[in-house]
Amino acid sequence: MQPYIKHTSIAALMDRSNVDTDQIIPKNFMKKVERTGFGINLFHNWRFLADNVTPNPEFELNKPAFQGAKILVAGENFGCGSSREHAPWAIADYGFNTIISTSFADIFFSNCFKNSILPIVVTDEQLAALMAEISGNEGVEFTVDLEAQKVTTPGGLSISFEVDAFRKESLLEGLDDIAWTLKHEKEISAYEVEHKKRLPWLWPSA
Amino acid sequence: MTRTMYEKIWDANLVHEPEAGSPLLFVDRHLMHEVTSPQAFEGLRLQNRKVRNVHSILGTIDHCVPTKDRFNIVDVIAKKQVETMTANCEENEINLYGMDSNQNGVIHIVVPEHGFVHPGMVVCCGDSHTATHGAFGALAFGIGTSEVEHVMATQTLQQKKAKTMLVKVEGKLPAFSTAKDIALAIIAKTGTAGGTGYVMEFAGNTITDLTMEGRMTLCNMAIEAGARAGLVAPDQVTFDYLEGKEFAPKGDHWPVAVEYWKSLRSDEGAEFDAVIELKAEDIAPQVSWGTSPEQVISVTGLVPSPSDFTNDVKSQACASALKYMALDAGQKITDIHIDVVFIGSCTNGRIEDFRAAAELLKGKKVADGVQAFAVPGSFPVKVQAEKEGLDKIFIDAGWEWRDPGCSMCLAMNGDELKDGQRSASTSNRNFEGRQGKGGRTHLVSPAMAAAASVAGHFVDIRDWK
Repeated sequence: MQPYIKHTSIAALMDRSNVDTDQIIPKNFMKKVERTGFGINLFHNWRFLADNVTPNPEFELNKPAFQGAKILVAGENFGCGSSREHAPWAIADYGFNTIISTSFADIFFSNCFKNSILPIVVTDEQLAALMAEISGNEGVEFTVDLEAQKVTTPGGLSISFEVDAFRKESLLEGLDDIAWTLKHEKEISAYEVEHKKRLPWLWPSA
Repeated sequence: MTRTMYEKIWDANLVHEPEAGSPLLFVDRHLMHEVTSPQAFEGLRLQNRKVRNVHSILGTIDHCVPTKDRFNIVDVIAKKQVETMTANCEENEINLYGMDSNQNGVIHIVVPEHGFVHPGMVVCCGDSHTATHGAFGALAFGIGTSEVEHVMATQTLQQKKAKTMLVKVEGKLPAFSTAKDIALAIIAKTGTAGGTGYVMEFAGNTITDLTMEGRMTLCNMAIEAGARAGLVAPDQVTFDYLEGKEFAPKGDHWPVAVEYWKSLRSDEGAEFDAVIELKAEDIAPQVSWGTSPEQVISVTGLVPSPSDFTNDVKSQACASALKYMALDAGQKITDIHIDVVFIGSCTNGRIEDFRAAAELLKGKKVADGVQAFAVPGSFPVKVQAEKEGLDKIFIDAGWEWRDPGCSMCLAMNGDELKDGQRSASTSNRNFEGRQGKGGRTHLVSPAMAAAASVAGHFVDIRDWK
């Protein structure tokens, strides 16, 4: 996994709540067996007109000022619905590495950390202030410092955020989750021995 | 110290809790389908890792399967996904109810049919509707593909402990109200984010009166309230359902297992982080009117107006939903006309669902211009329905009787709404475009869907002839 590095990037505004994973990546693009190449299908049904090719000029992410954005600022309950990891794959492949909202759906939230995406939870007031700064100055660049757990803006906002210590370390170092867990192989094996004794019917009879 | 059922399952499955890092939770059962697993197998191959406990996995192919002419998958990418699933399972000797198995069907229908999930288990699948299996008193939840790979390699998940919410429903359900209506009424109350960070335990005499299939429908939709998982305490209904099934404990193991399962229920006085209560008497048949499962109202209601919401976000969401759904504020729900009716999915694709719908369809005909199709959740459901003659009732009423699959719940297999078409659907999500780009979905119970197919619009089935 790519380590997450402090950056200053364009913040795009998506003033919608309950953005679900069916919008992030519609199901007709989930048939691939690879992890890559989903960025062109991100928000497909909103992003393109009926011909499926022409960019919809009314869709916020199509604004020239938001091109190249790495930070997405969106309304509450972002990423609700299906567990599809295709959603964070598409978001990362499109170029975002940070999403700021007041709340995220559980599965989506944990999927982000597996894909070098930092989901940041802020308060209603903080979100409103960030959104207002973008609306007033489209193309504005925010700075996200995961090490310091801080988002700062040219408008003078400085917002501290919480992040689980282990997830923070994993993002900063680009750790391989499975390799980390396998360091506990001894504990897993010991648990399995006890599990077999306690619930023998769940194991193949030798 | 008293513990909730969630805490008991957590404690029993906790492998290790290091000082720094994440707790590791043991996964008893891992369910799999073709859409969210190929990249996980590829990840294992690239790292030269093996599947740790093959016996813990059960797979099916369901999302991309055509419900007519099922072996003829026209979409080449979908076809490759199906072939990849088959090959991955063969290579790793995983138990797969594949395309040519007479046990094939939707994963969350197939798994209970075989008794593969038991109370107290931790169950996961790359699919949010894994919540279904909470009906057995198992902690069952959806995971992403990276976690699918993690479970295959380690048999564990890195998990943070969730908060607990008790959802208590007491009283007798009105006639024609079902588990689906309970689920929708709960979501209307909590909102789609109300359960975020929580595991919900459904309790109260309305819940214990539900059959296993009803409990599955209810837990299936816990995810639509944002909950990580839903749980129902195992009881005699659960044990009777499991006994004798293929993967259920046998012989001397059975009484030992039942004794253990009985110990799982939340202790008297156990504390929950949140409690909500509903009265069953208040739950009339529900119909969703918007583009989120929380945008739902009883069949006797009117389509709300943005001004009915004091919360800005909800008001804005209402306005945007009315526009997408082409509905007017104040319109009677029973005046909404539909084009397509779908009965099926992991929410409502079980035998009791088809029985309830058939009861209303007997001797009736589908309204002009309405297309209606029934998609059993699995081949065993289909075979059972045909044994009972239900297929004839559907066909005589002008319905199509199809083969199993996820079908128009998420429209990956070619069964989909055309732009602007409106459906009455027994599935679980009414998101924009969920059933086809530009399609408009109304979530209802099977009986409500059946009646709508005949009337051409929603009807209050309680006084419908």
